[in-house]
Amino acid sequence: MSVQDRYISLVAACTLLGASLSLPAEQTSEEAIAEYHAMFGDENPAELWQLRGEELWKTPRGSRQVSLEACDLGKGPGVIAGAYAELPRWFEDTGKVQDLESRLVTCMTNLQGLPESEVLAVKFGDGEQKSELEAITAYVAAASRGSRITIPLDHAAEKAAYALGESVFFYRAGPHDFACATCHSESGKRIRLQTLPQLTTSEGAQAAYTRWPAYRVSQGELRTMEWRLQDCLRQQRLPQLTYGSDVAIGLTMYLARNANGGEMAAPSIKR
Amino acid sequence: MNSSFRVTALLLCMGPLVSVLAEPVPDLTATLKAAFTDKRQATLDRLDQDETQKLCTQLRDQVPTSELSQKITRMNLATVKPPADGKYLGDWKAGEVVASTGTGLQSSDDPAKPNGGNCYACHELAPTEMAYGTLGPSLKHYGKLRGQDPAVLAYAWSMVYNSNSYAPCSNMPRFGHRGILTEQQMKDVMAYLFDAASPVNQ
Repeated sequence: MSVQDRYISLVAACTLLGASLSLPAEQTSEEAIAEYHAMFGDENPAELWQLRGEELWKTPRGSRQVSLEACDLGKGPGVIAGAYAELPRWFEDTGKVQDLESRLVTCMTNLQGLPESEVLAVKFGDGEQKSELEAITAYVAAASRGSRITIPLDHAAEKAAYALGESVFFYRAGPHDFACATCHSESGKRIRLQTLPQLTTSEGAQAAYTRWPAYRVSQGELRTMEWRLQDCLRQQRLPQLTYGSDVAIGLTMYLARNANGGEMAAPSIKR
Repeated sequence: MNSSFRVTALLLCMGPLVSVLAEPVPDLTATLKAAFTDKRQATLDRLDQDETQKLCTQLRDQVPTSELSQKITRMNLATVKPPADGKYLGDWKAGEVVASTGTGLQSSDDPAKPNGGNCYACHELAPTEMAYGTLGPSLKHYGKLRGQDPAVLAYAWSMVYNSNSYAPCSNMPRFGHRGILTEQQMKDVMAYLFDAASPVNQ
């Protein structure tokens, strides 16, 4: 059986397990993941996304027919080892603070000459429709496994991004008065049986941030930090967060900096 | 415990993060509106803050001073409307559905369906339901422990209708004041808390 075939059957099994995990089982999120590991060991279907991402990274595409191997993620053209652990960061060529996803959009449009509308057509995959950005993000993030998160916050624009993210984290709005802080500023709390990380502390931010992107068993999809943020905000009853917006990058910067020093362990597996 | 001690204790518990002291973001609401788009019923006006949301945002996760607490509770208590027919208790079975339902008002929800109260997300209620959250206090045996004195019923109604009437900057939504639940749904939740036959009191 090829790697792809092995994981395709694993994804099918996960989808079934996911359906049972989405029921209000009397099981904490940690217990559900422990059950997954008992069934499948260390196999992670995220590897399917990584393989597709690697192919997308190395294939010449777009009007310029070049691969992404000259894409600069902050550590020089083509360097992906440890790059995710140092994002978001300020980029001189765009004059912006960028996270991995928005930086990939820059490389795909500017370097490869792919139309932006095409690059952003499927930001988050859903069964039939596969997202290139999720696959490439998985591939690049995997190359930071074991690297320490290093966010020096040296540049003024990086400091401003952190400050914006911190302000948004505590901003209460919507019909329910929810802020990010409503669920994520105390330790040891749960929503139903889902344990909530305390994102205002190093320990809590590291536990959460080092494990994204992640394969979501309940969805049968690989999800990135951009997905995680906009889905939290949906549950806060707020409108749609724009992909790659300054608020998305600010929140990512706030979490990444709070997680400074943590050891990257993504893509991981989540409920 | 006085509030300044609580604030100090909270700061000491915040862990080793060194806050990067921020330039204040001048108009955060406008910045947010530029970074979001309407999605079905979740429209940009949801990013506008009322006075309570503004004050609680400024406090972040610190306990308000007694003066500010009074200001917030007074303002919110004034919004509480007792049930039109004076009866606080509806049907506990309907209340159980409200307490267990987590959907409502998200961009992904069907606006034609009734909103849930999602009480179990944060509170323990019926001892038989193990999948409860812990952001709020346990409400197990709520009515059994408290009885049904009119003052007890009026207080619980105020907490459901507008949590900030007694708990300033609570994590709990203001269900009546913000139009999340109908009067009937809140009466049903009250019955779920107080009715002697409700699973909460077994």
